[in-house]
Amino acid sequence: MSTMTPDYTVRTNYTDNLEEMRAAHKVLLEVPFTPSEPQRGYNMRSLHIDLTNLKVTEKKVTQEMVDTFVGGRGFGLWYLWNATTPTTKWNDPENEIVISPGPIAGITQYPGTGKSIVVAISPLTDIPIDCNVGGYYGPLLKFCGFDCLELQGKAASEVVVLIDGPRGVIRIEEAPLEPADSHICSEIFTHMYADGPTDLKNVSVVSAGKGSDHSLIGCLNFSFYDAKRKAARLKQAGRGGVGTVFRDKKLKALVVRGPVIKADLNHVADRARIQKVGSVINKEIHDLDAQQCNMKRQGTAHLVEVMDAYDLLPVKNFQYGNHPDTKNIASWVWDKRFTQGIPDGCWYGCTMSCSKGADGHVVKTGPYKGDIVTVDGPEYENAAGLAANCGIFDPDWLLEVNFYCDTYGVDTISYGTLCAFAMECWQRGILNAERTGGLDLTWGNAESQMEILHQIARGEGFGLIAGQGIRKMKQIFSERGWGDLKLMTDIGMEVKGLEYSQYQSKESLAQQGGYALTNKGPQHDEAWLIFMDMVNKHLPTFEAKAEALHYFPLFRTWFGLHGLCKLPWNDIEPANNAEQAEPAKVPEHVYNYCEIASGVTGLEVTKEKIIEQSEKVYNFQRVFNLRRGYGRREHDWPPYRSVGPVTVEEYESRTERYDKQMLEEIGVDPAGKPVEEKIAITRKYREDRYSKLCDAVYKRRGWTTDGVPTMETIKKLGIDFPEVVELVQKSGG
Amino acid sequence: MGEPSGVPEPAPAAQRPGRIVVNGDPLDWREGMTVRDVLKAKNYIFPLVITTVNGTLIPRGSYDVAVVPSGADVKVVHLISGG
Repeated sequence: MSTMTPDYTVRTNYTDNLEEMRAAHKVLLEVPFTPSEPQRGYNMRSLHIDLTNLKVTEKKVTQEMVDTFVGGRGFGLWYLWNATTPTTKWNDPENEIVISPGPIAGITQYPGTGKSIVVAISPLTDIPIDCNVGGYYGPLLKFCGFDCLELQGKAASEVVVLIDGPRGVIRIEEAPLEPADSHICSEIFTHMYADGPTDLKNVSVVSAGKGSDHSLIGCLNFSFYDAKRKAARLKQAGRGGVGTVFRDKKLKALVVRGPVIKADLNHVADRARIQKVGSVINKEIHDLDAQQCNMKRQGTAHLVEVMDAYDLLPVKNFQYGNHPDTKNIASWVWDKRFTQGIPDGCWYGCTMSCSKGADGHVVKTGPYKGDIVTVDGPEYENAAGLAANCGIFDPDWLLEVNFYCDTYGVDTISYGTLCAFAMECWQRGILNAERTGGLDLTWGNAESQMEILHQIARGEGFGLIAGQGIRKMKQIFSERGWGDLKLMTDIGMEVKGLEYSQYQSKESLAQQGGYALTNKGPQHDEAWLIFMDMVNKHLPTFEAKAEALHYFPLFRTWFGLHGLCKLPWNDIEPANNAEQAEPAKVPEHVYNYCEIASGVTGLEVTKEKIIEQSEKVYNFQRVFNLRRGYGRREHDWPPYRSVGPVTVEEYESRTERYDKQMLEEIGVDPAGKPVEEKIAITRKYREDRYSKLCDAVYKRRGWTTDGVPTMETIKKLGIDFPEVVELVQKSGG
Repeated sequence: MGEPSGVPEPAPAAQRPGRIVVNGDPLDWREGMTVRDVLKAKNYIFPLVITTVNGTLIPRGSYDVAVVPSGADVKVVHLISGG
């Protein structure tokens, strides 16, 4: 690894042939529109683009929509519900990609306020997926005049969709020559559509690379122009294959060109109210971040060694929770590799500044071998999933795979987890060189991990199988007689078809629910309860765990309704937080969110209102799953690897812990028992407890024992639309 | 709207001298043991923690000097972070 600090402005230039590429564009549709600026966070207008028929339609956002769905994920789900039928498949033309930033998105006085939420029917799960993503696209879309963008249909050829606010034009152009890979096309389109160098920061590009063409785990890259680095940086809408849907629609890119950002483009109801809490949290970050999470220097990568210390870092497909070589990918490594001292916010005014970048990476493999690039990240999830979970503890390889995942438009979380699964299949003889086309998937083989990724991008070899995700890999391996489906079901870390994100949940029943009782699949952005449950022991009863699995998913849903990032909620805390009654909730920051929501919209938002707003959308999403044939208890069942030790090696790696639990909690003396019997006893106990957790959570959420929202619940929440009522009644709710 | 209580279970009673209880689990105690020593012994390296000793809040700046008495009930509340 190089020890010299690279020049952060030096990287391979991809814009030399820009004019040639521009000349090859053919305008398929151009329509004028009247730009507008939001009032109190809303334009009360959305945009629908039909790529099949090349038609652009403005829609009115009604007050009823705002009252029920708020914005962001809520708007996305509502539009998707109306656009699709119960049998719409992910690659049917009527499936939509909906992008909505939410009413708070775009303010600049509070950190973490530039998010967009992407919603679509997922190719992995067959139910709605929602992704919370940074970058400038969502806020600029809003400042052009639209609260939401629906993309429906399929283009006949590769197109770019431009929304140019200052010119009041929407254009669909055939774009045949630009490479699809995001680190190139984001750069090209940013320069192509900016009105000179000072305008680059007002352009944002959404794209997905070649990996999205040949896999179900495609992600979307949302760009933001980094004026210091002079580069289009990337943030990912990662989960559930939204990039796959995007490329299936023959979208090469979405481009928005917005106005110059000013302090009050949202025309908020009470700016002073927002500024007041904004100045307080900005001072907290300035004064306390270095002693707390050090986000400004390390981003979420600060968590790598923390998770290792608590036996929570996934190692070798979640078999273990720590590893002696974690030091090689820990925060101090990234502290040196990230360029320090320049702003790294993915939206204006974010003083947390955690979108770290590793500059000067010289690409070692694949089509960009030898190029010098900036790698966005790695974040914790990438270090944990792509590295530790695959037994790879080399920072240079981590940068390499992180770079290629992003530019190919491949979700790093799903890719890390599915590689780990494949490597364990190799360990257990389910895969071998003949079955992988010659790839050696021994733990730690970084070259093979890279090659699978390149195969995905090229659409060939074992990469085509791996890119289908773990659920389909299990089916394929089983159908071909390669392995025992029961074992693969136990060790394949997916629920609802979505791969797990990167935390060990074996010793936290609440987190087992935090993953598997989610609406979209096991992503930690609903609830992260491991410390509260496993370390603090604050959730001793099923009811206490159920309460946490009611409150936190709803609280965190609220960020996605408003266009907010979660990190400034609890990756920084006020100096006096310890003195609060419920410090884990960071009450002062909850108050801040009430203030900024009230200050933007003029609607008085309380901490109770936060839960009420979220609960409508959360339950609507559950009913949406139900509409598609899912959303019941059977769909909330986790793989046993996330609950307890599957194999003898796993049990024996923590014998003292499991034996002690057997004696003290189960009431069975483990002495003299063979390991297989102890595994079976532990499994029965833990699965019984998980089932009881489901009962408690469903009851707290107002659902039946089968996980269906009751009629009483949907009426109380005001989401008792005729189709919802019919569905719930039919489902025993 | 109900919320998680956030109230931990009472610590085990009758802690014998020479031991303390940390988040409900026993830990060997030694003369002069500080809060920092307790965190090290438990490998609690997460920075966002709130520590009380027998119910008294210990400021983070005092972890190196705050002495934990024998038999103490120590609570190290880890806040939520990540993702």
